[in-house]
Amino acid sequence: MRFQFVLSEIGIGLRRNLAMTISVVLVTFVSLTFVGAGALMQQQVSTMKGDWYDRVQVAIFLCTQDSLSASCSGAASDDDKAAIEAALTSAPLSDLVSEVQFETSDEAYEQFRAQDEQLSASVTPDQLPESFRVGLVDPERFGVISESFQGSPGVEEVVDQREVLEPFFDVLNAATAGSLALAGVMLVAAVLLIGTTIRLAAFNRRRETGIMRLVGASSTFLQLPFLLEGVIAVCLGAALAGGVLLLAVDRGVTGWLAQQVPAFDYITATDVWATIPWLFVGGIVLASVASLVSLSRYLKV
Amino acid sequence: MIRFDDVTKTYDRTARPALDGIDLEVARGEFVFLVGASGSGKSTFLRLVLKEDDATSGAVQVAGKDLRRLSSWKVPHLRRQIGVVFQDFRLLPGKTVFQNVAFALQVIGRSRASIAAAVPEVLELVGLEGKGERLPHELSGGEQQRVAIARAIVNSPAILLADEPTGNLDPTTSLGITRLLERINGRGTTVVMATHDDDIVDSMRKRVVELVDGRVVRDEHQGGYVTGAVPVVPPPGLSVDHRGAVSVDTVPGQGGGPR
Repeated sequence: MRFQFVLSEIGIGLRRNLAMTISVVLVTFVSLTFVGAGALMQQQVSTMKGDWYDRVQVAIFLCTQDSLSASCSGAASDDDKAAIEAALTSAPLSDLVSEVQFETSDEAYEQFRAQDEQLSASVTPDQLPESFRVGLVDPERFGVISESFQGSPGVEEVVDQREVLEPFFDVLNAATAGSLALAGVMLVAAVLLIGTTIRLAAFNRRRETGIMRLVGASSTFLQLPFLLEGVIAVCLGAALAGGVLLLAVDRGVTGWLAQQVPAFDYITATDVWATIPWLFVGGIVLASVASLVSLSRYLKV
Repeated sequence: MIRFDDVTKTYDRTARPALDGIDLEVARGEFVFLVGASGSGKSTFLRLVLKEDDATSGAVQVAGKDLRRLSSWKVPHLRRQIGVVFQDFRLLPGKTVFQNVAFALQVIGRSRASIAAAVPEVLELVGLEGKGERLPHELSGGEQQRVAIARAIVNSPAILLADEPTGNLDPTTSLGITRLLERINGRGTTVVMATHDDDIVDSMRKRVVELVDGRVVRDEHQGGYVTGAVPVVPPPGLSVDHRGAVSVDTVPGQGGGPR
């Protein structure tokens, strides 16, 4: 009886206030979409960092037969390689280095072919440089490695691999900051709109609520329908936001970006599904706070 | 049942208090007329009883509870013991007579079965049997007020407050409504009726409390509606007026009934 009664009150309220309810749905939809997009972009950044950024940080490319660099006189000799490896694995550099891998020309060629088959057909393995791949304990200390080996016999170039990814992360971080800022503005709008909507709804039904107060309805009975109205509207908005994010990741990332640039790991629909419950939780908390503040001012017992 | 001890109520930003040092006690089962001009404090009195407002100073006791010490979450339980009727009926236009009365029980969480039993019974008591499916606008003013009374008493409250319940009704209908309140009073409900309908007060011979500028200027049992502002002077030689309100030995301007 009670439950059914509250439900019918909510139905009446939502219908009477349809335009405002729709605007609450839309504003929470847009704001939660930006919140979700920001969260997913951060996940993408950390996925990539985990995958690339920390694993390989510095590449010491060795001279090939065709190298023109001043420090090169033909291909790097075995002595050169031994000297480099010894320097990397003994003090003082060994304290900075977490791992060292040697990549042969053939391995480099395989990697290249995996990334771009057409282009790799025009080179032979021996045209690609051998390299030491060096992991650093502290990625910021790249300068020390660079100084130690730049210009050493047999070394063509020392490259900080992070520099390749840095612009990409910069873009993602900027996009995250932008979408979170937009989300913040939209969330403020959403909170104010929910508050105003609840206030209007309470005003529209002041006749009913006035009688309810007089006959001794508890504050739960009085306020719950309004509270749930806000929560329902916000949940619709969260559901729409979740749908749009799923579609965007499925079509845009998994269906397009991952095909075009397959070198990276990308977020998938699974990550979106993991994010969606938080959109609902955040939305419900927001709606409840906005409703309760509004109700405590306009619908006292 | 209702007890005011030196109660003063001052609304913000007004110099003159709406109620000024009221001492008043209404016993269980009593019928009291609260009379006085507009702004004399009648409505403020009723609001304090309902704890819609708190007294600025002094103690208000209703149904054995000190309202100063009643926490806000217990206020609904206080109001379930009090029925209220207004001049403008305050019915829900989209609901039928039955639904309007049932609403008062639904919102305090009563079961469907107990509502189905209580509503027809109370409609019969107020003389609206067979009109449960009508909408408010299909009823006369007097019938609408009967619906409002049914809604006020369907939960069997100990106290019934009526704020100018006959203000919108013609004299005959008003008398019928007042007789209904009297009948409800006869079932044990304490009734406080604020009014300035002198004919009704004169004809009922009940206790009359008169407020002027927030003070009790008169409190007499079996009184009539005589205000200090407009004294009723009975024609010489006549002991009783057409409604029997003024008896022969009354001093004009000092009240209607025998002490």
